[in-house]
Amino acid sequence: MPQPLDTLKETPSQTGGPYVHIGLMPNFVGIRSAHAEDLGSRMINDKTKGERITIEGRVIDGGGEPLCDCVIEIWQADADGLYPSPAEPRGPADPAFTGWGRAAADPQSGVFRFETIKPGRLPFPGGRLQAPHVSLWIVARGINVGLNTRLYFDDAGEANAVDPILARIEPQSRAGTLIAKRSGNRFTFDIHLQGPDETVFFDI
Amino acid sequence: MTGADSNQEPETGPFFPRDRSWHPPALTPRYKTTVLRSPQRALISFSNTLSEMTGPVFGQNVLHELDNDLILNFAGPGESAQGPRIIVHGRVLDERGRPVRGALIEFWQANAAGRYRHKKDGYLAPLDPNFGGCGRTISDEDGSYSFRTIRPGPYPWPNGVNDWRPAHIHFSIFGSGFAQRLITQMYFEGDPLIKLDPMIGGLSDPRAVEQLIAPLDMARTIPMDATAYKFDIVLRGRRSTLFENRLEGN
Repeated sequence: MPQPLDTLKETPSQTGGPYVHIGLMPNFVGIRSAHAEDLGSRMINDKTKGERITIEGRVIDGGGEPLCDCVIEIWQADADGLYPSPAEPRGPADPAFTGWGRAAADPQSGVFRFETIKPGRLPFPGGRLQAPHVSLWIVARGINVGLNTRLYFDDAGEANAVDPILARIEPQSRAGTLIAKRSGNRFTFDIHLQGPDETVFFDI
Repeated sequence: MTGADSNQEPETGPFFPRDRSWHPPALTPRYKTTVLRSPQRALISFSNTLSEMTGPVFGQNVLHELDNDLILNFAGPGESAQGPRIIVHGRVLDERGRPVRGALIEFWQANAAGRYRHKKDGYLAPLDPNFGGCGRTISDEDGSYSFRTIRPGPYPWPNGVNDWRPAHIHFSIFGSGFAQRLITQMYFEGDPLIKLDPMIGGLSDPRAVEQLIAPLDMARTIPMDATAYKFDIVLRGRRSTLFENRLEGN
């Protein structure tokens, strides 16, 4: 027998369950605590650089019903394409932008909403550029491992056309599932878990 | 954790690919809600970009002094939550066995009777007026964390006619990159409901199940006060960038 590898296995994922809000968004479900606001409920302030936008959408199951019990987290670069993270090697991002947001679907309509800014473009290995995008992570009852996807913007057609991640989606017709539609300052992004319009989910 | 280690720059390399066979698949039909909520197309894989390798990091400013004490953090003055008092502790490590310091850990659970403080939980067991059921903490320099709570009760859930969840505590963990985001559940050593559970049943490797079961830890038990359970958490590791090729020129 060869020597054993000394790597550990990642802790297995388990569903967040129907009461995931208790842990992630206690104020949202009326649990009083020392914290007036849920984490991730505010991404921007008056000083944040960039174009203010609203991202709005629903997560829709294979029966066509919106999930009214899911929680969504987003992670995105600032207006200059920099991440507010210690793992960002290129320099400091906008200190007035958190880059990270967390929202619950509305218990009746299933609509989730983020008030944020339009991210900038950022590099891809090899010198190409990624189009402006937002990374999403979706958890809910019935989702065993959090789902990763990306949101791109329909008014960034030129950048989208050369985005290396969008380019590798086959068939290319599915790339459209990642494009949010603009109306005023609002981008609408519905996520389909199954069916002919199933959103592209990533193994990152 | 040695002093030399703590002076190292934070790791920023790409993550080891996630071993999807170690996790439950999206579709586990015995857990019925997965039937309409599981993507059916293959996930599309790509190598990490900055969007996956970076992630939010949280400081002590997001913590209140009672966030790691579920016995007291919802209780009225002079009151405390009902149930067996326990300490849950462990370390957050990565797949290379290195401590993950500064990891935000959020936890939530049912009360001692198996009831959640959530308007959609209709179980007939009573709410505990002194128990909210949630808290958070941040791992130390050596990746360690701990919190105090009451042991949650098992409870029935509408899936099969007579399905019961084993006692468990939910965990949400942030590492240093968004691709490390993880939600899981901790179970208790010796619980006979573990082997019947449809959610745990999604794990195909018995060693993966064992990784979610916290043993009783008498060494950390406080005599005449609280028993202790140990739950280590492993997040995805990062590749060392020492010998990275630069074929792509960046």
